[in-house]
Amino acid sequence: MTQIQVQAPGLLTTVQDLGREGFGPLGVSASGAADPIALRLGNRLVGNADGTAGLEMTLLGGTFLFPQDAVVALAGSDFRATLDGAPVELWTSVKVSAGQTLRLGHTHSGARCYLCVHGGIAVEAFLGSASTHILSGLGGFEGRALRKGDVLNIGSATGLFQKRKLAQWAREALAPHKVLRVTPGAQADWFPESSQQVFYSGRYRVAEESNRMGLRLEGTPIPLASGGEMITEGVSLGAIQVPDGGLPIILFVEQQTTGGYPKIANVVAADLAGVGQLRPRDEIRFELVGLDEAWRLLREQEELLASKELILG
Amino acid sequence: MRYDFASMLTPAADCARLQPASDQSLLVYFGQQITLESHQHVMRLLRLLELKPVEGIRNLHPAYCSLLIKFDALKLGHDDLEAILWPYLDRLEDVHLPEPRQVEIPVCYSREYGADLNEVAVMHGMTPAQVIELHAAAAYEVYFLGFVPGFAYLGELPAALVTPRLATPRRRVPAGSLGIAGSQTGVYPFATPGGWRLLGRTPIPMFRPNREAMSLLSIGDRVRFMPITQEQFSALEKA
Repeated sequence: MTQIQVQAPGLLTTVQDLGREGFGPLGVSASGAADPIALRLGNRLVGNADGTAGLEMTLLGGTFLFPQDAVVALAGSDFRATLDGAPVELWTSVKVSAGQTLRLGHTHSGARCYLCVHGGIAVEAFLGSASTHILSGLGGFEGRALRKGDVLNIGSATGLFQKRKLAQWAREALAPHKVLRVTPGAQADWFPESSQQVFYSGRYRVAEESNRMGLRLEGTPIPLASGGEMITEGVSLGAIQVPDGGLPIILFVEQQTTGGYPKIANVVAADLAGVGQLRPRDEIRFELVGLDEAWRLLREQEELLASKELILG
Repeated sequence: MRYDFASMLTPAADCARLQPASDQSLLVYFGQQITLESHQHVMRLLRLLELKPVEGIRNLHPAYCSLLIKFDALKLGHDDLEAILWPYLDRLEDVHLPEPRQVEIPVCYSREYGADLNEVAVMHGMTPAQVIELHAAAAYEVYFLGFVPGFAYLGELPAALVTPRLATPRRRVPAGSLGIAGSQTGVYPFATPGGWRLLGRTPIPMFRPNREAMSLLSIGDRVRFMPITQEQFSALEKA
């Protein structure tokens, strides 16, 4: 079986696919790649199905030895990768020969880079998905981030190398932006006009303690809601909750399934992949859009992802 | 609209309020307070949607008196989903819920496992033994699982034990810890951050991925806590 030996894990490297939906009644959130678009495209570059498991690296990448030949692609942010010292291009399929070492450094763009391998990372599925849920230690590789010395198995592959590359126009069209489009949250009308003003005119900085569960934001506190006593309810991906203290939190892929804080807004589906590329200290702001606009953005994104000219091969 | 115990027989469709939560989710509220009736409606709608799944619905997040429905926004909009849901809501009274399971959870209530046991006792002018007796005497209902896999929100706590959560949550609460917050009680399945006040710990795993029923508790279960000694805790932990 083809393998990958982890010589250095990087800051936080986990096995992720497109997550496990449908287990909310058990308290299990979907998890999955923080930037699912990057993972999908990385998989296509190596000839995998979109939802194949890959490695998600965060801010600082790992070092991986390939004892056998393999075909890989790096997708997402630029971690200045090298293969036996030679630079490796992002968004391009790369042939790795037995004994070669792929080394990734610090990010030079966003928060996450995906290593996709032809055949996928093979782990035992938990509730139908390979994704790691770090907080509960479930899924992925032993339910945890990779460590030095781990050996990962690569799924069966046909092994034929094909040069594939993401079109330049697509890289630009899909680049994450720092203005997040949002629709009103479930308790938006609890926040008076003056609070909405603060939220939509302010700039917020992604705090250091942000993670896959949620992004904590620093900036002008939002004067609190006055709608009444909040009863814990289900929360959606990208919900922006405002706890006591007024500093918003964006609930993310490893989110809690329910929450008891009022939500002022919710990041639109089309901008969620971009949230996965936000780094601590990044400055963002929010732009209110209607539901119709949110759906238009999502359809536009999916049409782009379905384009025949997306991947040059 | 407000409903309370006086309107115990309110048909679900009459008190349901549907509201977008995001561009890919919808909240169904059954009133704006925690009542057995609203929770019955939540369980019935959840059950009906599990028995007769709707194409395009991707996930369900039940809570005290609401159900969040996540859908594929490329296939459905809120209007489509509402049109599908009203006939479901009209049928809720016919949904048969299984008899609640009775589950006993052994707990070692102690200062060692329950870091807040003494403080909770002091706050209510009781001895720790009285706190334990009150907590273990009550039967609790599983309102829903949320927060993390297998975390059951149990209620109602006896009025004499209602306690605000910690002002500053702990960074790490040990797995199995039994806590209280407001009128709720629950057991942390995993070592996670948490702001509930801790009274004890169970040696029984609350969530095990290799067990057929992964979560020890399910929505609707009736739960009692059974005090055990340190020795019994150790023996059960090894078993």
